[in-house]
Amino acid sequence: MSQTQHGSTDGTLAQRPGLPEHAPQIEGTTAAPTLFENPGLPPHVHRLADTDPKAAKRAERQVAALFTLSILGTLVFLVSYFAVDPQTPVYIPLIGRTLLQNFLLGLGMGCGIFFIGIGAVHWAKTLMPDEEVVEERHYLRSTAADRDGAVQALQQGGEESGIGRRPLIKATAAGALGLFGLPFIVALRDLGPLPGDRLSRTMWKAGMRLVSDPEYGPIRAEDVTIGSVFHVMPEGIDKVHDKLEQKAKAAVLLMRLDPADIKSTKQKAWGYQGIVAYSKICTHVGCPVGLYEQQTHHLLCPCHQSTFDVTEDCKVIFGPAHRPLPQLPITVDTEGYLVASSPFHEAVGPSFPERGHR
Amino acid sequence: MTALAARRRHPLALVLLIALGLLATGAAYSALAPKAASAATTSTQDIAAGKKLFLANCASCHGLNAQGAPADNRGNIAGPSLIGVGAASVDFQVGTGRMPMAEPGPQAPQAVVRFDDKETAQLAAYVASLAPGPQIPTAEEASGEGGDAAKGGEIFRVNCAMCHNYAGAGGALTRGKYAPALDNTSPKHIYEAMATGPQSMPVFNDKNITPENKKDVIAFIEASRELPHAGGSSLGNLGPVPEGLFTWIVGIGALIGCSVWLGSKAA
Repeated sequence: MSQTQHGSTDGTLAQRPGLPEHAPQIEGTTAAPTLFENPGLPPHVHRLADTDPKAAKRAERQVAALFTLSILGTLVFLVSYFAVDPQTPVYIPLIGRTLLQNFLLGLGMGCGIFFIGIGAVHWAKTLMPDEEVVEERHYLRSTAADRDGAVQALQQGGEESGIGRRPLIKATAAGALGLFGLPFIVALRDLGPLPGDRLSRTMWKAGMRLVSDPEYGPIRAEDVTIGSVFHVMPEGIDKVHDKLEQKAKAAVLLMRLDPADIKSTKQKAWGYQGIVAYSKICTHVGCPVGLYEQQTHHLLCPCHQSTFDVTEDCKVIFGPAHRPLPQLPITVDTEGYLVASSPFHEAVGPSFPERGHR
Repeated sequence: MTALAARRRHPLALVLLIALGLLATGAAYSALAPKAASAATTSTQDIAAGKKLFLANCASCHGLNAQGAPADNRGNIAGPSLIGVGAASVDFQVGTGRMPMAEPGPQAPQAVVRFDDKETAQLAAYVASLAPGPQIPTAEEASGEGGDAAKGGEIFRVNCAMCHNYAGAGGALTRGKYAPALDNTSPKHIYEAMATGPQSMPVFNDKNITPENKKDVIAFIEASRELPHAGGSSLGNLGPVPEGLFTWIVGIGALIGCSVWLGSKAA
């Protein structure tokens, strides 16, 4: 369509230095000179099935075999669904001991679906025509006549609806449609409520007995021997209505150490003769810190490996936690059972913005 | 007349006859005499034999009187005191081959058992004689028969699963220590481990996990071993890591293979 805009008007580029003398010109709209011949599409390579009828027959048999495998897979599924007892175990190499029906259902359905696809693709690749075609790129913009016609139809529709002439309809329609959006906005309240002080308070109160999880039996001080670990909940936690939410905050780990090993006086004072109770909720992200290493007196959180030293008031000695585990002050009641002497003195678990202020 | 008969009046014939008579009587006595009753309870002989074994094999780390021994003068110990650990501790540690400790390290792994049952019982008797401690459980206590596996599972998940993994496949602790897998530990050793709290494991005495609950836990562990894995290969029950490994290597590898095949031309 247009010539190159550099140099000569006769179309040759021989004057430009560095270019070969007979460089052909390709029509285009860019200003850049052409430097090579457009290779065009590579010559079409015919498949075996196109040229050799025996290969075509072979490909047809292959496709048929693949579809047959799919049929067999589906039949395996159907038969094993009804005929195999779901409890039957079976040993399969590389998998181990598993349930026979599960295995057959999976194998059957898997083969059923897979070989339909493989068969179809193989059919398309070997037997269906694969000549290259050029797809025209049509203009997306509609014709002027179509656009005018659309506008006119809309205008006509608007007039015919009569909304302009009937203000009562207009008003009530506007009211109905407008009001209809309100429930969705009002329902945004369900994103809340804000927790208030629920993050800062646990179920623990003064005088509440420590009971073991999951049996909920009370614990005597002399039952906790050195090296023991009791997983503890507050008494009555199985009866509250939001049990899981309370359990997630109130979990406590009870350990007994030799009082001579405890280096912190506050820890000794809040414990009872070497028995100490700490919140089980990690101060990092909130996993239960249950891994007590009896010999080293370290508490390990399995999630991110925060390590707390129980002899030093559960101070963090390794890992991403920044605050020590909160200690629950304990004592014994008149019958000798361990009770909390006060609630936790700080919020348990991970940090949050209002911590310490609410 | 035979040669023997010809010598029947030899002076030493009488001596020989008496010697043969004594031999016959002795043999008959040792074969036919009633054996002394051997009670199942330990005897002072067991304790004495155990002490000998202890001095030969254990005292170098645990002290001549089992009071513990220091490794150096910086407060590190070679072996803790065994006074009060009870027969169950010895039966567990020696019975699983953890003791005598084969080499120093953060933890004594389960290893080749170096003493037979009798010697283990003697060592246990000796250590039990030092001070009262957890006893070896009876066969009835230390089995899963009659235990409630579902209740045992609940107790296991609260008390054990954080170290030993939800299926007992074991897990890591700090600084090279670990909680071992439970797939081939005998019920007796499981009971003893709970009762004595070996190495890093805490002590779960009978007030914490009652003997009935210990039986439930053993029943749960045994049931876990026997139940088939309904979901196919358990991949070691280790959770997302082997599952991810399988998905990324085998699963995505297969998908890539399929994609390559999809894009390739037919012959």
